[in-house]
Amino acid sequence: MKRSIFALVTALLLWGPGAAQLNKNHELVAIKGATIIPVVGEDIPEGVILIQNGRILDIGAGVDIPQNARVIDAQGLFAYPGMIDSYCSLGLSEIGSVRATQDSRETGKLNPQVSSVEALRPDSMHIPISRSNGIALALVAPSGGLISGKSGLIRLVGWTPQEMIVKSPLFMHIQLPGGRGRTQQDTTKAAPPQASKKIKEIKDLFHRARYYQKRNTAAMKDARLTLPAFDEKLEFILPVVHRELPVMIAVDTASGILDAIKFIKEEQIQAVFYGAGEGWKVAEEINKAGIPVVLGSLYAMPSKWEDGYDAIYRNPAVLNQAGVKIAFSSSDAALAKDLPYHAAKAAAFGLDRREALKAVTIYPAEIFGVSDMYGSLEKGKAANIVLADGDILELRTTITLSFIDGKETDLSSIYTELLEKFRKRIE
Amino acid sequence: MLSVRVLNAQNLLIKNGTLLTVTMGTVIKGDILILDGVIKKIGKNIEAPEKVKVIDATGKYVMPGIIDSHTHIGLSGTNEMGATITSEVKMEDVLNAEDTSIHTAVSGGVTMVHTMHGSGNPIGGENVVLKTKWGKASEEMVVKEAYRTLKFALGENPKQANSFNPRGAPRYPQSRMGVNAIIRREFLKAKNYMAQWDRYNKANRSNKGAKNLIPPRKDLRLEPLVDMLKGKMYARCHSYRADETLEFIKLSKELGFKILCFEHAVEAYKIAKEIARENIGISVFLDNWAYKVEAAEGIAYNAGFCTKQGVLVSLNSDSPERIRRLFNDAAKSMKYGGLTEEEALKLITINPAIQLGVDKIAGSLEEGKHGDIAIFKEHPLSAYTLCEMTIIEGEIYFDRNQYLKEREEKAREKKDKEKNKEKKGETQ
Repeated sequence: MKRSIFALVTALLLWGPGAAQLNKNHELVAIKGATIIPVVGEDIPEGVILIQNGRILDIGAGVDIPQNARVIDAQGLFAYPGMIDSYCSLGLSEIGSVRATQDSRETGKLNPQVSSVEALRPDSMHIPISRSNGIALALVAPSGGLISGKSGLIRLVGWTPQEMIVKSPLFMHIQLPGGRGRTQQDTTKAAPPQASKKIKEIKDLFHRARYYQKRNTAAMKDARLTLPAFDEKLEFILPVVHRELPVMIAVDTASGILDAIKFIKEEQIQAVFYGAGEGWKVAEEINKAGIPVVLGSLYAMPSKWEDGYDAIYRNPAVLNQAGVKIAFSSSDAALAKDLPYHAAKAAAFGLDRREALKAVTIYPAEIFGVSDMYGSLEKGKAANIVLADGDILELRTTITLSFIDGKETDLSSIYTELLEKFRKRIE
Repeated sequence: MLSVRVLNAQNLLIKNGTLLTVTMGTVIKGDILILDGVIKKIGKNIEAPEKVKVIDATGKYVMPGIIDSHTHIGLSGTNEMGATITSEVKMEDVLNAEDTSIHTAVSGGVTMVHTMHGSGNPIGGENVVLKTKWGKASEEMVVKEAYRTLKFALGENPKQANSFNPRGAPRYPQSRMGVNAIIRREFLKAKNYMAQWDRYNKANRSNKGAKNLIPPRKDLRLEPLVDMLKGKMYARCHSYRADETLEFIKLSKELGFKILCFEHAVEAYKIAKEIARENIGISVFLDNWAYKVEAAEGIAYNAGFCTKQGVLVSLNSDSPERIRRLFNDAAKSMKYGGLTEEEALKLITINPAIQLGVDKIAGSLEEGKHGDIAIFKEHPLSAYTLCEMTIIEGEIYFDRNQYLKEREEKAREKKDKEKNKEKKGETQ
């Protein structure tokens, strides 16, 4: 009896929110004839992918299709793993100018207590649009302040927030000052506050959290000592201080990046950079520190005119060549569907095309610690499969089918619904 | 009087490129000869005349310079918010040749822009068409051949739906009713003003009338509206919702002015029939949407759908950043809307040229048109492409290879300097 309860608890831990919610459908599905681009390993011309119970049962050129399988003919199409948007506000933001629909940013400077997935709106009109462009997973991140809150990795399908969560919390988000996306006109304005000053504030917070915990622990052991009053900010920053929760640090300038590297080393925390528009200036240092970079939107201008018109575009290539693990992001909700085009733009400016593809699939999966299940088409992994009529990073390519965790998803969206509605008017 | 246009007399021969002419199909391994800034000849194996610079475009794609039908670049002011009706202001008066957005534009193959008054006023100011001649004086950029256009705006912006004015009473209008009414009021004023002048001129001309008549007071705010009523100037109207767009068409008929183009027109697909029937163009984003309520149904299919319904569609940037990737937006119209490559390219070349009234000089690769050209590394509709060279009237305004060379040189200089410093340090 005891053992079975233990087993149940373990199962709950494994399959609760945090683990992949695989499709319980036992139906055997075979995708046949597509050129398979597994991302990891060689392409497979005219291959077969077998799907059952949410996973890739088998994959390859010579895989036999059992008689009971439902066969999807994918001749002439290309099979890719579903893409991963490494930073966005999907489900947190609907209409830009309407405050009532904005939930990605809290007021105040320190908000370690907030969690993005607790504001996630599964019915957001932007989610199906991203999904129908081949995106399967997304890091939904809070922004603003100095400590913005916690992000979570979601799958772009599900009726409730809980059904959508793959892993949460994934990161605590720290926002260092920087000039992301400023135009040339703006650069003449006063320089933004130094990152080092802000880092001091965070270090101070960490120290206070440590002391807070010390007092707590001591009070637990000795009833004569005062139990410190509950402090929300310190309480929720503790997982970071304890290195249980990694941080994603939004930083843009070269000096800010160097300051942040120093901070990460001193605190010995696990960290990922976000943005890093001037990363190319300190690519060696980032690589040496072993910190991955989630790039910000490439729909931006360099923060400094002297850096050259293409600084934002070539940044990913320079980082990649230096050995830094990179991942692309849409950094948006309404245009989250454009994720593949950020990768392609970087490829236009020197990034190897295969690396560009990896930076929207396997690299983010590795950075987020979910590469055992996501990011590539491999036997045993979750069946996140997209069928496309061309190169998935190309602007003209159309997605014809998408499986997320073994479930075939709906490719319609408000785009297609409105189109159909008004097409009727002219028929 | 003969108007003699002095082009920057530049001669250029582009050789062996894939020429995407837009209006005359594709020429594989084609040459373009530009003499005195004008395309003299398009063909194969054209010999370079003496002293003509040759550009080898082997393996590259050559297309007409991209035209952005709606921007606010190259200006030192966009909205005159001191009054509700500001038809007297002219964008040509506030040109800023040093705006680096002009360089951003040429780095993305853009050679011509319609740079406009903002959308803060129901009736804004007079717009201007520029060639993006980065480094030249602003006077040299103005395209005199273009239509004269006046900016109108409907919906959330002129009714100030998203801007707070905590001090003072709200500005009239605050509703779409008021926006329409105030435009009507101004045109009725202009008609009355026109009548005053007509009566004066008539009386002055006739022998029977009184002598020494005092002319009506000159009204610079109404003059542009009079020009519109006389067909010398046209409306470019910022509109989002389908209903307000239809109302403005009605208003133009009631008052007797002509609409050239609706700006943004995110709901044009709902009324494509009416817009096509009225022969009005639309200048839209491909997929920029949902930034405000009236943009919440701006689907990416809009441009493609309306094109297929016979509407003259152009894609605009309305942004100093998006302006350098209009060719990416054009490519998306193939995915959303099923346009062909040629139809997609038209959205950023000949269609905006027609909307601006400059299709005789720009918008396609044709003999006799200006030598405004963009050269791309790969097909301009590929996501992997980049602009390598931008040419205006035979003169090179952007050259990526040159840029890369200069960047390398700078980097080398910097390294040498650092080395020297180190050496100095050692000897000291």
